Amino acid sequence: MLLIRCPYCEEERPELEFRNAGEAHIARSANIAGESDDDFEKFFFIRSNPKGIIYERWRHMHGCARFFNAVRDTVTDKFVMTYKAGEPKPSKLPGVAK
Amino acid sequence: MSGALRISGAGRLSQAKTARFSFDGQSYAGIEGDTLASALLANGVHLVGRSFKYHRPRGILSAGAEEPNALVQIVRDDARKTPNVRATVQELYDGLAANSQNRWPSLSFDVGAVNDLASPMFSAGFYYKTFMWPKAAWKSLYEPKIREAAGLGVSPDRPDPDHYSSRYAHCDVLVLGGGAAGIAAALAAAETGVRVILADEQAQFGGSLRFESGARIDGQDGFAWAQAAIARLSAMSNVRVLPRTTAFGYYAQNFVGLVERVSDHLKAPGHDLPRERLWQVRAKRVVLASGAIERHMVFANNDRPGVMLAGAARTFLNHYGVAVGRNVGVYTANDSAYAAAIDLKKAGVNVATIVDLRDNPTGPVIDEARALGIEINFGRAVIRAGGKLRVSSMTVQPKNGGGERTIPVDAILMSAGWTPSVHLFSQSRGKVAFNDETKRFVPGTYAQDCVSVGACNGTDGLSASVDEAYASGAKAAKDAGAKAAKGAKPKVDASESWSRGMLGAAPGAGPDTTVKAFVDFQNDVTAKDIRQAVHEGMRSIEHVKRFTTNGMATDQGKTSNMHGLAIAAETLGKPIPEVGLTTFRAPYTPVTFGSIVSHARGPLFDPTRKTAIHPWAERQGAVFEDVGQWKRAWYFPRGGEDMHAAVDRECVGVRTNAGLFDASTLGKIEVVGPDAAKFMELLYTNPWEKLEPGRCRYGIMLREDGFIYDDGVVGRLAPDRFHVTTTTGGAPRVMNHMEDYLQTEFPHLNVWLTSITEQWAVIAVQGPKSRDIIAPLVEGIDMSDGALPHMSVREGKICGVPTRLFRMSFTGERGFEVNVPADYGQAVWEALWAEGQKHGATAYGTEAMHVLRAEKGYIIVGQDTDGTVTPDDAGLDWAVGKKKTDFVGIRGMKRPDLVAKGRKQLVGLKTKDPKVVLEEGAQIVEDPKQAIPMKMIGHVTSSYWSQNCGRSIALALVAGGRDRMGDTLYVPMPNGVIEVEVTGMVFFDETGGRLNG
Repeated sequence: MLLIRCPYCEEERPELEFRNAGEAHIARSANIAGESDDDFEKFFFIRSNPKGIIYERWRHMHGCARFFNAVRDTVTDKFVMTYKAGEPKPSKLPGVAK
Repeated sequence: MSGALRISGAGRLSQAKTARFSFDGQSYAGIEGDTLASALLANGVHLVGRSFKYHRPRGILSAGAEEPNALVQIVRDDARKTPNVRATVQELYDGLAANSQNRWPSLSFDVGAVNDLASPMFSAGFYYKTFMWPKAAWKSLYEPKIREAAGLGVSPDRPDPDHYSSRYAHCDVLVLGGGAAGIAAALAAAETGVRVILADEQAQFGGSLRFESGARIDGQDGFAWAQAAIARLSAMSNVRVLPRTTAFGYYAQNFVGLVERVSDHLKAPGHDLPRERLWQVRAKRVVLASGAIERHMVFANNDRPGVMLAGAARTFLNHYGVAVGRNVGVYTANDSAYAAAIDLKKAGVNVATIVDLRDNPTGPVIDEARALGIEINFGRAVIRAGGKLRVSSMTVQPKNGGGERTIPVDAILMSAGWTPSVHLFSQSRGKVAFNDETKRFVPGTYAQDCVSVGACNGTDGLSASVDEAYASGAKAAKDAGAKAAKGAKPKVDASESWSRGMLGAAPGAGPDTTVKAFVDFQNDVTAKDIRQAVHEGMRSIEHVKRFTTNGMATDQGKTSNMHGLAIAAETLGKPIPEVGLTTFRAPYTPVTFGSIVSHARGPLFDPTRKTAIHPWAERQGAVFEDVGQWKRAWYFPRGGEDMHAAVDRECVGVRTNAGLFDASTLGKIEVVGPDAAKFMELLYTNPWEKLEPGRCRYGIMLREDGFIYDDGVVGRLAPDRFHVTTTTGGAPRVMNHMEDYLQTEFPHLNVWLTSITEQWAVIAVQGPKSRDIIAPLVEGIDMSDGALPHMSVREGKICGVPTRLFRMSFTGERGFEVNVPADYGQAVWEALWAEGQKHGATAYGTEAMHVLRAEKGYIIVGQDTDGTVTPDDAGLDWAVGKKKTDFVGIRGMKRPDLVAKGRKQLVGLKTKDPKVVLEEGAQIVEDPKQAIPMKMIGHVTSSYWSQNCGRSIALALVAGGRDRMGDTLYVPMPNGVIEVEVTGMVFFDETGGRLNG
């Protein structure tokens, strides 16, 4: 079972308390009704599914219930870092080579 | 007497403590402290089972958890018949009853052994070749027959009466393995004061000190030192010592699963004791001290009972005081087997000969064996074992060929060397590395905060192992935050030397032979099978494994993996590391379902949710149905009514007078805040800004893709307060959906969401007399149609308690939903029920509710929709705010496919024969005479007998359905084709007049 650090509770808690909520940093357009089919397809259907570093959303379901963002390595399952929803995508990752 | 082969003065068990036991009905005596294996051997019993595929007689190979052969069924009573118990692990208790497995009619005469004669049929990959065709025969013929013929034990056929417990634990240093290395590591860590857990799968700690008679530590016998060290550790408050505890799985971030066998070794376990305890341990550092496992020699008939690992024979002698034979032979490719010969010889057992594959080895053990007068043959191989139910001879030949010599023996002790036990390291996702010099895989690159010490790390010799373990234990403690250690390192005064051995088939079982030289005993895989797999095109070791099933049995190839790999590599002409090792998977040894499930079974398997009104419904004799975790009253049968009669009566009763329905399970969410209306605008398709406080609206929620996600009636209690209802099953995901948007997409909105499902009990009162029933109990609310019209909500009191009174209808009748605090739910229900009796009201359940709403064409999300239905498909386009510029799903529902012609639309269906009720899920076609497979144009989503309509009614999703009104379609069923007419969705009171009736 993974340990996940909730950036709101500022504690590492067991995976059981959390739910994954898909890829992060996919912004919903403020003018979504006016989006082209292509743009909507990219926004709604296309996901990166990388081997390696992924930016994803988690929810501390059985804790503070907040959604937050996490950086995880899909190969090792290791969490690189977590940060609050709305914060920018980190440009530097601790312990990860470019 | 506890067995003829018990040697007085040998071993550590007290002869005074006799334990009686039975095996296949025969009664024997053993000693407390024995394993079932040692007790059987003390009585001269080697034949304990039949093999999986060929039904060959099998004996006891090992003295530990790696045992592939000696699997037995332990029978405590009718419900406690545990199969596949390793006799080498099962501790003896007085009265233990064990049976052999996989034989019929008896162990010594087994009809299935004909498979051994027919073995060419059963060679590698035979499952894939023989039972290919026809496909249908798999289910009906092949699989059941194979299971019957080639099973291991028999599952118990009654519910497990034992209970199991589960614990979470945290520690700084977790030490897995309680041999000399593990104990040294635990001492070093414990002395710093950090929290330590030390676990070992055996009843007594000591590991190989159980048999290493030459070991001396801190001036005492090695095993005695181990017991003293464990006593010291157990007395420390920062240490937990867990015997009989197997670490079976090493998971992410130093999370380790262990199973403690709490009471399987007890004669009469008290009911307060669990059978097993699951430990889920999170450790800052893990020290792996899992030791090494001895390999057998691969030669013809190496599976005969009496052929066993040399180290095991030593354990049986030095720990249990049991000689495994009276005239033993030794076959080895390394030094360690000599020690077995020496110990047995000194105990008075005749050692017929030592056969050593090596040409001219030298060393102290060889000198000692020679000095004891044991015959030693270098450069020779055992090419076959004689005997059937028990080994009777070994045939020796120079390893490069030459004259054979057959030597009578009653046991053969073999050792091809020791394999570091890297299972847990590998499970931790560490990468093993092949040491070319010692020909073994050892821990290479670590993936987690752990360290391997001693034999599992490829460290040879007791002294080096203890030094390494002590240093690593201290470092692990320091890394986990400890201060410096205070203790003293154990000093190894004497130890035995270990040396490398050989891998693969021995001479006489080479590529030019077809002998049965077993690599994997439990799955009956021979050296020939592995070569055949390579010849038939398997290149990767993972393919060889699956084709031959080598290493796939319950022992997970503990003794066989390296031999199998070496033979495959040799046949491929590649070095071992290029062929690679198969992946080690959890569990290390089999784990019971009981220990994993623990208390989560029966009523504790899943929470059961009951409404406040549940006890009343129970008293009325309601039949309940499960809706998610909820128990809901399904119908209320009276005086012998069946479901059909009860539902008909309830449906008619509601429309004639009135009905009471427990709607408490409806999901309820309160949306509150200055921006509540804005939020509602974004989450639902409908417009909300202009909804007056005190009014309700039917809302539809979409996902971003434009499909219906949920629906429900929403009441606006105040400008900044909405009382939102959801479907019963949808409540949690709707809440999650709302929170997601509020937190991440619309965080600028000042809104709070609160789940109030459990806070409000909901009593639906529906029917022409509904107002007459409610009105006398209500205070502060004007119940007239003018003041409280359809789709409105008021706050006031009922029976003196606060209520949110909704005027709404899911039946098409004049209706109300009375929300009261859950604590008052039953009392208010009973008051309404009493009032209802004056007006002929009936209680109705979920089935009648379904029928009544279907009569009106009201949909149920999740039944009439399936996640691919748009508001327009469902005929709910009117509920989508046309002037809105944004809501979740606004863009998705305009995708080309969602606005295309010919989509499936929700319509009504009437069977031509009104008595025929369609089956929900039935497929619909245009032309029933077309060839199969027919073109299906839709399916039935809801279908009922409607007593109010005097006929059957149905809803269906049909391609282009609204353009087919009046058309005849067909529903082909196994018993014939049913003709239906496409209609509108409203079957009863089409004008809706009864809402105010």
